[in-house]
Amino acid sequence: MDESKNKRYWNEYQKEIADDKFFYERSCIRQTFFPGSEAAFLKIMREELGKDIRDEANQHTCTGIGYHSDIVPLETTMTVVARLFSLMTDAGYENYVPSCVTSFGIFTEMVEMWKEHPEMLEKTRKYLKEATGRDFEAPKNIAHPSDIIYKYRFELKEKMKYQLVNRFTGKPLRVVEHIGCHYAKIFPEKGIGKAEFPYVLAGMIEAWGGEVVDYPERRHCCGFGFRHYLLQENRGYSVANTKKKFESMEPFEPDFIVTNCPGCSMFMDKWQYTIAEMENKTYDKDGYGIPVLTYEEMAGMLLGYDPWKLGMQLHQVQVENLLDKIGIPYKPNEKYRGANGEILPSPEKPMNLKV
Amino acid sequence: MGNLYDLLMQDSRFEDALKACMNCGICTAICPAAEFFQYDPRRICDIVQRKDENEIEALLRSDMIWYCGQCLSCKTRCPRQNVPAEVILVLRQVAIKLGYMDEHIAEQEKRLAETVGNNILEIGYCVHPDKVKPELHQEQGPIWEWYVNNIEAVAPKLGANYHGDGPGALRKIREENLEEVRKIFEVTGGMDLLKTLKEEK
Ligand code: SF4
Ligand code: SF4
Repeated sequence: MDESKNKRYWNEYQKEIADDKFFYERSCIRQTFFPGSEAAFLKIMREELGKDIRDEANQHTCTGIGYHSDIVPLETTMTVVARLFSLMTDAGYENYVPSCVTSFGIFTEMVEMWKEHPEMLEKTRKYLKEATGRDFEAPKNIAHPSDIIYKYRFELKEKMKYQLVNRFTGKPLRVVEHIGCHYAKIFPEKGIGKAEFPYVLAGMIEAWGGEVVDYPERRHCCGFGFRHYLLQENRGYSVANTKKKFESMEPFEPDFIVTNCPGCSMFMDKWQYTIAEMENKTYDKDGYGIPVLTYEEMAGMLLGYDPWKLGMQLHQVQVENLLDKIGIPYKPNEKYRGANGEILPSPEKPMNLKV
Repeated sequence: MGNLYDLLMQDSRFEDALKACMNCGICTAICPAAEFFQYDPRRICDIVQRKDENEIEALLRSDMIWYCGQCLSCKTRCPRQNVPAEVILVLRQVAIKLGYMDEHIAEQEKRLAETVGNNILEIGYCVHPDKVKPELHQEQGPIWEWYVNNIEAVAPKLGANYHGDGPGALRKIREENLEEVRKIFEVTGGMDLLKTLKEEK
């Protein structure tokens, strides 16, 4: 495909993203595995972009993981979603920001269902009233946090201290981007670039100096599989799917992977460890694995935030080689310290994966 | 036994999810579960749309409907705008309702109800670091064990409010909120579903 045509595909579709006054919804997977990314997102919104974003104390699960694992019925999920919307309505907000890709899919699906089936909206209102006495309005705009970072990528670039450039060679870093399936595969028009040419992460990478790796299994699922990962005996499904992606990206020698879904970030990091321990195989040349970043970590590190406050020490594949390549300073002896500077025991070393 | 196809139709998702499947197999070609299991979403759609009650019953009793990983890749690509993933969600709910699950599937769903289901009702989230036990999650590696063992010291460094009140990551969900979530589960059939799954043998 000629270059200009290719560029056009990836830029073709832009979704509507609100400007300000956001109501933030917390993801269970993101707060569990990447609490630092969450804090970084809120900090970027408030301190770098000057936005009003409300972190509501009374919020809770969207039940998305239970819904897709068949233990929560549709009627329950839609009403739990309605309660979250009622918190937004009560607080005087209209722009909803669900921080997980599964929740993004759930909220979008419920709102679309209510549009298609007004009787389901009535049913939801009735259930919510009966259970909690609450009323709600559906949001005017639903945007994933990665949409917002994408929207303001050039403003953020102005504030960045570093770029996605290898300081030893002067060349752009080669980045694999992975979009969580429920970001655009359910409702393609709700994702930047739609499902086939999602541009949300590619746009950040290109704006911040890097080069996107286009590899055959780019759109393949990370393999979460809901019930499959949650059931120990089915986890082979998850690791096999991620392995397929690693094998496909390996020849392109990526410098790192970035995803917009906390589940995908966690899996792509931890399955590299698993495969290294099981088969003594890594997908880089030196046995360390390919670092996997959340987009908040990518933005935060370029803005000059402390990698250990971003939570990059919680990755099993180490990030120091990447930080060195970019020229980001870090304090090795603070990596495993607590919030008050207390020295904690170091984590055990994996058998095969180099750390 | 009632009419199984009618039972499927009672779910508001069903009609939109399966209009006219032309058996092209694009969903199967893109499906990660079809690569991993003996599984074929095209066949599921075909069986269901043929409305043969015996075949639908055999499908509901089979393991096949439990292989889908809910990635929704099939929705993107189906030229007829069908959603095999949603047809499967509906089939699974009907299989649960009629007690058609094979024993080992019932046992798996019971485990999911007792873990994720209890997490929702007791903690207010599907997943929480207190519940991702390193011994049950060896794939999480030594770093996860380190984090869980030192979470009280590490979480505040990452801006989290571990077990605290007010907003922030990993905070304790206030009882009045959990109470409303539980009430929603009661009113909407969520509690009944969890109960059914937990009682399955
Ligand atoms: S892609 Fe759509 S039309 Fe083709 S077999 Fe699958 S469900 Fe049927
Ligand atoms: S949602 Fe299920 S059927 Fe559809 S592609 Fe994914 S695993 Fe296959």
